[in-house]
Parts: sequence; structure tokens; C-alpha cells
Amino acid sequence: MKLVSAIIKPFKLDDVREALNEVGVNGLTVTEVKGFGRQRGHTELYRGAEYTVDFLPKVKIEVAISDDQEEEVIDAIIENSRTGKIGDGKIFVTHLEEVIRVRTSESGQEAL
Amino acid sequence: MNEIKYALDTFYFLMSGALVMWMAAGFAMLEAGLVRAKNTTEILAKNIALFAVACFMYLLFGYAIMYGSEAGGFIPDFSFLLGAEHNEAAVAEGKANHSLYSDFFFQVVFVATAMSIVSGAVAERMKLTAFLFFAVVLTGFIYPVEGYWKWGGGWLHQLGFNDFAGSAIVHMAGATAALAGVILLGPRKGKYDKKGNAKGIPGANLPMATLGTFILWLGWFGFNGGSQLLLSDVTNANAVSKIFVNTNAAATGGVLAVFIYTKLVYKKVDLTFILNGALAGLVAITAEPLTPSPLVATFIGAIGGIAASLSVVMLDKLQLDDPVGAISVHGVAGVLGVMLVPLTNPDASFGIQALGIVVIFAWVFITSFAVWLGLKRFIGIRVTEEEEYIGLDKVDCGLEAYPEFTLSVSAGGKS
Repeated sequence: MKLVSAIIKPFKLDDVREALNEVGVNGLTVTEVKGFGRQRGHTELYRGAEYTVDFLPKVKIEVAISDDQEEEVIDAIIENSRTGKIGDGKIFVTHLEEVIRVRTSESGQEAL
Repeated sequence: MNEIKYALDTFYFLMSGALVMWMAAGFAMLEAGLVRAKNTTEILAKNIALFAVACFMYLLFGYAIMYGSEAGGFIPDFSFLLGAEHNEAAVAEGKANHSLYSDFFFQVVFVATAMSIVSGAVAERMKLTAFLFFAVVLTGFIYPVEGYWKWGGGWLHQLGFNDFAGSAIVHMAGATAALAGVILLGPRKGKYDKKGNAKGIPGANLPMATLGTFILWLGWFGFNGGSQLLLSDVTNANAVSKIFVNTNAAATGGVLAVFIYTKLVYKKVDLTFILNGALAGLVAITAEPLTPSPLVATFIGAIGGIAASLSVVMLDKLQLDDPVGAISVHGVAGVLGVMLVPLTNPDASFGIQALGIVVIFAWVFITSFAVWLGLKRFIGIRVTEEEEYIGLDKVDCGLEAYPEFTLSVSAGGKS
């Protein structure tokens, strides 16, 4: 099993959610987050003077999936969140040791 | 007939004064919108307190200095309080145009305007008490003395200096006092980096700043229109109407010019520059709102607006931190307005206009600098670094302006 965390542009969230639905993801968690990447935030002008917005607002989605879904899920996220411009975000994939459904105590693949 | 004219002109004077009084609300909203949220309560307290100080000091000393002194003089008279009201016989003979008290009322709201200009420039880092001590001296002494030189019939008036409603006497004077304060006070922490580059510190509430600008725009009809002093015959009624049209046109010119300017230069439209542009247009036309045609007035406003925008950037290069742009709007556009008077008014000369500016600037700057310096020595004019970080709302007032909002620390300059 894998845990996929993706940092994406907030306005792409709906597209990504729909696409993940279509490839059979049964649940996901969304968090509003802030951060910076290689651009180190961005600058704006106010009264002719620059100011830096250090942390930009992003959305983090987390989905737990089975190993065979990995490629499909990652493709779905990339296709639906990519704009081609800076700040499109990142996807982190980690090995997931255990999943337990609280209501029934099912675990592993059954609980996904 | 004379009684009706007297009543009408008095009424017009009072209503104009009430409009100018309302400009205090405009300044309060503009400044509260352009500072950070943590300094809002303090700047509101400062604005209402300075208005009261200005009115009280002008009642005690200011009016007598400005209007009770001999014609053509240099040293004003220091008598106290208001004189007797005009009697019926004098009015019937046409010896008096309006009530003495209406005259006092119209003048007292002008001094409050001059003082309001200072508060925005020194915002977010000055001690409230030091500011109010300064207000006492400016409104009770510094402003009335230079006001006497022109409007009280003093020596600048005799020389033929032209400043209709006070581009120099009110606006540049306020900006000059602010400049002296800003030099001694230093910039807000974080405004300039180690290389001296200016950092933008966005204002907390732009709807409020915009409302403030509209309020000032409205009040300006009283400021310029009322300065015609009379309304009750055809010549004066026509003059007042033209002043209203020109005042409005100049503000329009300032907005349009700065809108286009920021769009071209900065790619994005900068609202706060546009607000400054409207006010700079109004300041620029204040020196002579009667003789230009409305199109020329629009142009004068446009020049004032552009000059103020350039001045904001220039002051930042000099590391003179003015959070609301008061020095640029009232000082630079004020000077410009006074110097443009001879273009449309044949009674004015460039030499005398320049002399008036130099003399008023020197008087206000030197006296203000001395007062600020004295305050700095004895009680201090600046809050501590930690207090500046916490915000003057909590330090001076113990109260936040927007308590149920969660303040974000991620925006530039920190909220």
C-alpha cells in the first residue's frame, strides 16, 4: 500500500478530486497549507515598493491506495493539476505500513 | 436686503465649514485603512484627539494670532479668545458679510485639516502623547503665524502671494511639519532592507482607505468652495459654482492620470496610488480653483497626481518613510499648485509664489523640527522596537481594532 500526498494549486482541487474518483480512489483528505518552493514565495508591488509573500497558499491532498493503483493515481493528479507554470506543486509517495478502518477494525487492503 | 445677504453668506460659511469638518473623518478612514491592522485603534484615537486639540488651541490662541493682528505685519498679536459679534446696525449698512462666529468656525476646521495631514506620515511608530504635544504647538502657534502672513492680511498678502484655499498655507504646511517629524523619527522597522531598498507594507483595510478618500473629496467642496467666502450675489454664486466644478475636475484628473501611470509602469493598477492621486489633484487645485477652465483644472489635477506618485518613490529612495503618502500628496502637490497659479491668474507672479513657498516652508520646518527635537529629548517620540512589533493598538490603547480576526503573519511586513 502507498500513501500519496500531493501539494497542488487550490483552484485545481475539484478537477483532481473528480479524476481520482474516476480511477477508483475511495477517499481522500484535504488540508489547506502554505509553503514555498524554488521560487521562495513571490513578490508584489505596493506603492512602488516590492514586498515578498513568503508562503503561498496551496492545497494538500492525501490518498491511501493499493500498490497497483499508484501509476494511475499519480497520472490522474498530474494531468489534472498541471498548468505548466511555476508553483504547480509536488507529489510525495511513501510506503504505507498499515491501514485500519475504525468502525470495523478491518485492516490492510480491506480497509482502503 | 443686507440682512438677507448676511444670513445667506453666514449659512453658506457654516455649511462649508461643516463639510471641511467632515474631512477629519476622511483622514481618519484613509489613515486607518493604510496602516497595518495592529495600529488601527491608535490612529483612530490620534485622529479624533488631534481634532479636539486643534479646535481647542485655535480657540485659545490661534484665531487671535491669525486674524486679530495688524495688516501688513510680521509679528502677530497674541490676544485671547473671540471678539464681539456684529450688531444689526453694522449689518444693515453692509459693513459685515457674515457672523464672526461663522468665520471662526470655518477657520478652525482648516487648522484641524493641517494637523490631520501630519498624523498619517508618522503613523505606526510615533508615541501618541508626543504627537499630541506637537499638535498643541502646531495648531496654537506655528500654523496661525503663517496663516496670518497671508489670510490674516500680513506681509505675504501685501506682497501679492496667491493661495486661494491653502495649497501652501494648509497642505504644504502640514506636510512640512510631517517631514520634520519623519526625519527625526526614522522609518518603520522592516520598511527598508540593509541595501536601502524599500519594502511594501500593505495597508490593512482598502475599503476604508477608499471611503476616506471619497469623504475628503466631498469635504473639499467646502474647503475650496467656502474659501470664496461669499455666495449672495451673481458674481460670487457663479464663482462658487465654477470652484465646485474645477475642484471635482482636478480630482478626476488625478485619478485618471495615476490609474494610467500605475498600469503602464507597474503593470498592475495600484489602488493606494490612485487614492493619493485624487487627493493630490485636489491639493494642486486648491491654490487657485477659480481662474482655470475645467479642462485646465483637470490637467492641473493630473500633474499633481503624477507628481505625488513619483514623490512617494523618491522619498523611499531617501528612506523617508511615510506610510500614507501625506508628504507627497500635500507637500509636493501643494507646491506645484501654488507655482501653477500664475498660469491662469494674471494677478500672481512666479517670484512671489516661490517666495511664499520658501518662507512658509522655512518657518514651518524650522519651528516643527525644533519642537520635534525637544520632544525627542524630553519624552521621546518613538515607541520601543518591541512595542512597534506588538502594535500601537495594544501598547497605547489596550484594544485591538479587529479582535475577532485571526491575523496572518505571512504577509509582507508582518501583520
